[in-house]
Amino acid sequence: MSRRPELELEVERYEARARPLHWFELDRRGFMRSLGGGIAVMLSARTAAPAAALGAQESGGGFRRENAPHAISAWLHIAPDGAVTVFTGKVEVGQNIRTSLSQTVADELRVGLERVALVMGDTQRTPFDLGTFGSRTTPQMGTDLRRAAAAARGVLVGLAAQRWQVAAGWLEAVEGRVVDRAGKRSLSYGELAQGQLLAEIIPADEAMTPAADWTIAGKTAAKVNGRDFVTGQHRYTPDLKLPGMLYGKVVRPSAFGATLTSLDLSAAQAMPGVVAMRDGDFIGVAAPDELTAERAAAAVKAEWKTTPQISNRELFAYLRSHGGTNARERAQAAAAAGGLAAALQAAAHRVKATYTVEYIAHCPLEPRAALATWEDGGVTVWTGTQRPFGVQQELAQAFHLGEDKVRVIVPDTGSAYGGKHTGECAVEAARIARAAGKPVHLLWTREEEFTWAYFRPAGVIEVQGGIAADGRLTAWEFHNYNSGGAALNTMYEVEHKLEEFHAVDSPLRQGSYRSLAAAANHFARESAMDELAHMAGLDPLEFRMQNLQHARLRAAYQAAAEKFGWQGRKRAPGRGYGLAGGIEKGGHLAACAEVEVDQGRGTVRIERVVVAFDCGAVVNPNGLRNTISGAITMGIGGALYEAIEFADGKILNPTLVRYRVPRFRDQPRVEVVLLDRKDQPSFGAGETPIVGLAPAVANAIFDASGMRIRTLPMLPGGKLPAGALTAGASAATTAGRGIKRRQSPVCRASLC
Amino acid sequence: MARVAHLNVNGTRRAVDVDADATLLSVLRDQLDLTGTKFGCGEGQCAACTVLLDGTPRHSCLTRVGEVGERQITTIEGLEKDGRLHPVQQAFLEEEAMQCAYCTSGMILGAVAFLRRNPNPTEAETIAAMDGHLCRCGTYQRIVRAIHLAGARMRGEKA
Repeated sequence: MSRRPELELEVERYEARARPLHWFELDRRGFMRSLGGGIAVMLSARTAAPAAALGAQESGGGFRRENAPHAISAWLHIAPDGAVTVFTGKVEVGQNIRTSLSQTVADELRVGLERVALVMGDTQRTPFDLGTFGSRTTPQMGTDLRRAAAAARGVLVGLAAQRWQVAAGWLEAVEGRVVDRAGKRSLSYGELAQGQLLAEIIPADEAMTPAADWTIAGKTAAKVNGRDFVTGQHRYTPDLKLPGMLYGKVVRPSAFGATLTSLDLSAAQAMPGVVAMRDGDFIGVAAPDELTAERAAAAVKAEWKTTPQISNRELFAYLRSHGGTNARERAQAAAAAGGLAAALQAAAHRVKATYTVEYIAHCPLEPRAALATWEDGGVTVWTGTQRPFGVQQELAQAFHLGEDKVRVIVPDTGSAYGGKHTGECAVEAARIARAAGKPVHLLWTREEEFTWAYFRPAGVIEVQGGIAADGRLTAWEFHNYNSGGAALNTMYEVEHKLEEFHAVDSPLRQGSYRSLAAAANHFARESAMDELAHMAGLDPLEFRMQNLQHARLRAAYQAAAEKFGWQGRKRAPGRGYGLAGGIEKGGHLAACAEVEVDQGRGTVRIERVVVAFDCGAVVNPNGLRNTISGAITMGIGGALYEAIEFADGKILNPTLVRYRVPRFRDQPRVEVVLLDRKDQPSFGAGETPIVGLAPAVANAIFDASGMRIRTLPMLPGGKLPAGALTAGASAATTAGRGIKRRQSPVCRASLC
Repeated sequence: MARVAHLNVNGTRRAVDVDADATLLSVLRDQLDLTGTKFGCGEGQCAACTVLLDGTPRHSCLTRVGEVGERQITTIEGLEKDGRLHPVQQAFLEEEAMQCAYCTSGMILGAVAFLRRNPNPTEAETIAAMDGHLCRCGTYQRIVRAIHLAGARMRGEKA
């Protein structure tokens, strides 16, 4: 069975759905007047007709004729006071794009960073955007905004040239002014924007300043609204209020898939000021304050019918036996089978291993939240989502409204990590608000967040690899069941290979998570490569380099190894070193980890991690270091501790007491090496840095103890699994450079 | 039902009219509009809701407003004095010890109380003291650096 959605998105983005581009229709003069005049430059989306065919811009007086509507990907406005406002459908969730995109615009427009402000994620004010995910902001929106800024600079220079009656080529834009050096005169952008009602649509192919010539981008810039956060002034969705607003609560089913069999709302409805409503199987209450809302929810008498469901115990057997293969994959497998089998047969050393990863939760510190208000048959919802236009569509469908009747606004949000692509909280708040006839504020509890959001997919990954006696990789077979296809393909050179993703109808609701399945696939691949390196008797770094041609990944490995001191690493009892690397979403990553393993206590401590990362030309070095280091820390959770426990449609550990996330005490010393490639386009970095941590740590644990752990998390309950300890006991003790290597035992079961 | 009629918040006596069983967090946020204090978990495990009661950090999500009495409450909004940030706020800003920053208010208040107790901490002491604070974005390393920078400045060792 295969369940690939008809999207260009990665298959595991189950929660996302495609929709047509939003057409930006406007009356330009009215629109420009609404902005208080000035100059607007809009970038037509790549799919739109070329702007050249749409009529030339007429300076100073709007357009000669009104054009057909255009699909716009981003735009910016220069006000008569010189303020630059950028409008983008992207959202800020802690990845720091409000700052990096501001830098990009300031850089290309030749204006101080403090003059640039971003309006983000507002379906009424910003152009359609599919969503803030997939590390696309920097390569796509960053490029679009740079082009729009370049075009705006061209318009400003053109206006000055016209005013002074000189050729534009004589003029240059510098620090918010157009300067005529020969004529010793200049005009500020504000002066040039005064009296204008100018809206220009440009194609997505404007020439841009090369990274080597950047002045504001490429250098560290402080978080543009940092002061609002350290003073508590920034308003996240849960901090918003409207007059007459009520606090909502949802009465949840007792288990996933449960159906409502009886309901008594009378006790709740009898409470002063309380609204209690039912809409199908949805039950909501609202009250003037939170305590009353909680009491009202507790007073609702609801009975549910539940059905038996898969639990943790049978999860991996279920996933392994329910994976599908489509016709293309079957053909691919058949074509590869003969050569692959022969190559495996002929290999000097083989590894055959099964890896598993559990469902994990995003656990954003700001739980899902929404504030909904109805007016004139339309609804406005503030909510922390990565897909404002997706949530707009969900609301339109839920309430049978045109999308013009639905506005979604996203305040800068308290993190998401791929978990906030959907609009359930927004729809719930809007449902209760419609029944109450008042604005409703809804903030999920931590338990709701752990239960009713979607999870990072669990998965089973089976790997077979073979090498020649000299360590050359000769055969590679890789099957991922359910967790996803991101970074499925090996970056190492190998003649005979077969790599497949097998979709499964997941027992739990699942969706995107930082890096998608790239973390799981790198864990399996880089663990298996490590096993092969030991079989070949080669240093793990040397083995990888021998089988790798990709220059940028090789450079990342070398940079990480050098900073880490890989060649001179010191042997000590219980101490181990591991490395791992990979390529995903334009990022090239290598990570080295040092761990301390106490086999008696079954504990592991990650002491130090060095990451080298190349994502092309760096926009904001300090912001990038923060993001990379944070991804490493977050990765520790999935690597060592995090697992959703569930049975019969119930989550058994929906609290922070029982779901262990990384804390201060878990923080290793993390060192980041940035490989700033000014000759390469900039790519995003929010996701890929997470993929190296788990395999580097697993390989370091093996190095320290001889235990090969093939399950994530590696320390369920905070300790090494008993099976691993047993397996480790039978393996030889650790070996280092120049010391005799052991053969690592080939593992048959997933739990050894 | 017992009611609470006033609270001492950030040096000011504020009138309220709330059920004594309501959480201090909800009263600060919903009645007094001091929304810098955040809800993160409701179980005292993330410390995003940290406020100071007579200088001691408390989880306001687990504190009933009826327990507060005359004690002085300090929230993130009360740290800035005459437009000058508290040294801990300033250090968090300079070290950019945040990403989504939802944990930042609680972190800063926890750090302010800790540095009063221990003006010159070792790294191990800081980690132990702050371990109840959760930063899901993983900025712990920077937070430790910011706390130590603020400590040095408060001791007069650094400008």
